[in-house]
Amino acid sequence: MHLARAVVRYGFQFRDVLAAWELFVEGLLVTLTLSVAAFAGGLALGVLGAAIRTYGPGWAKFLVSSYVAVVRNTPLLVQLFVIFFGLPALGIRLDSMTAAIIALIFNLGAYTVEIVRAGFESIPEGQLEAGRALGLSGPQIFRHVVLFQSMRSMVPALSSQFIFFMLGTAAVSQIAVTDLFHTASLVQSRTFRDFEVYIVIAGIYLVLAQVMRLVFAGGYRLAFGGRS
Amino acid sequence: MPVVEINNIVKRFGSNTVLDDVSLSVDRGEVITVLGRSGSGKSTMLRCINGLEPIQGGSIRVDGVEVNDPACDLRVLRQNVGIVFQSFNLFPHLSVCDNITLAPRIVQRQAREHSRDLARGVLRQVGLEDKLDAFPNSLSGGQKQRVAIARSLAMHPKVMLFDEVTSALDPELTGEVLKVLEGVAAAGMTMILVTHEIGFARRFGSRVVFMHHGKVHEIGPAAETLANPQTAEFAAFLSAVLH
Ligand SMILES: Nc1ncnc2c1ncn2[C@@H]1O[C@H](COP(=O)(O)OP(=O)(O)O)[C@@H](O)[C@H]1O
Ligand SMILES: [Mg+2]
Repeated sequence: MHLARAVVRYGFQFRDVLAAWELFVEGLLVTLTLSVAAFAGGLALGVLGAAIRTYGPGWAKFLVSSYVAVVRNTPLLVQLFVIFFGLPALGIRLDSMTAAIIALIFNLGAYTVEIVRAGFESIPEGQLEAGRALGLSGPQIFRHVVLFQSMRSMVPALSSQFIFFMLGTAAVSQIAVTDLFHTASLVQSRTFRDFEVYIVIAGIYLVLAQVMRLVFAGGYRLAFGGRS
Repeated sequence: MPVVEINNIVKRFGSNTVLDDVSLSVDRGEVITVLGRSGSGKSTMLRCINGLEPIQGGSIRVDGVEVNDPACDLRVLRQNVGIVFQSFNLFPHLSVCDNITLAPRIVQRQAREHSRDLARGVLRQVGLEDKLDAFPNSLSGGQKQRVAIARSLAMHPKVMLFDEVTSALDPELTGEVLKVLEGVAAAGMTMILVTHEIGFARRFGSRVVFMHHGKVHEIGPAAETLANPQTAEFAAFLSAVLH
């Protein structure tokens, strides 16, 4: 009752906030760009890392596991700051968008390695052996027997990971990338309607996440449907 | 010239000697059945023949080519040596046709149009022509094993190895696979079969090999040797299998 009365007293006003819709769209596009770039780069890095972890020589396995351990045990925000504020000390100066994309790929790649590796390892040894017995080379077995089949089993885990990750990209606003989350503070400073701004932002993230879920499910059906 | 020539091979896993001075020479068109208790080294011997396992002593020649010569291209060798496993090992994401034609297409570089005819041909040999576009999961165990045999036949190997190919099947499905093996033998294929099907060994085998503790304990013409085992161990094994 108390809360209801408080809501009434507050008097939500979305008009000014929604009038800034162009800013929201710009922010959304930045978040989308960052996410898609990170999905593509992270997936490539993850598959490469997982292939090395599973089939590579000892020293390379060690390098990949160290990378995975470092990324998974430090905050994304710290990784962003190391790349954006740290690298200039070595003479590597990146604009904030580039730094963000690098950090995000680096971050997502490590989580993806683990998922992809589990997928590779789910292929029964007998199938690899059958491939070898048929005269296929290692890379041919990987491509024709392991990759497609394991991708199929990985897609559900990967899509939850990717969506979870997309929500986490909000951290890039800390290095002044004007992503969706950063848009909130812009609109807030114009309208002073903090509550409404963050409700709208939450709604956009929610819709974006659901749309991605649908896209992943559709892509899955397109790629793997019809095969039992 | 024998198709397969195994000379005094030794195979160890760590300190465990699994094959101990094994020799066997197989002529073109022979059907060798290999019997023996579990753990006697039968599977390991087959796996050495197509280079899936390296050996620590002796030599193996397939069609005159030395398997353990570092210069031997195992991928070329394996096109000449088919192997069919107990657990089928079909690729579940590929149709029957693609299972069969994968290696011919990417290893032997056959055109896709041609390879479909190839698949149809070998499927006819195993009586499953109508399953060309089926997926493995929709097949019975016996049908899966017949597809696995067809997949191996499609490489036109010079010798085929069969490792207990009916052991994972229900008794009523064993017959259909044995029938296919019989057809493959009748077509003149050189075959080495690890099996517990004594009846098959008696009727279709040219020779039987009894393995015991990693050695060829007894070897001889199929029917005679099975009727008159010369060693107490083989006699005991046969009476255990037959009763
Ligand atoms: N990959 C392996 N690593 C270690 N030991 C093995 C391996 N494969 C087989 N062995 C051992 O070799 C012996 C013979 O096995 P195997 O050839 O499978 O016998 P069989 O097929 O006659 O049952 C067994 O003692 C088994 O434990
Ligand atoms: Mg065995």
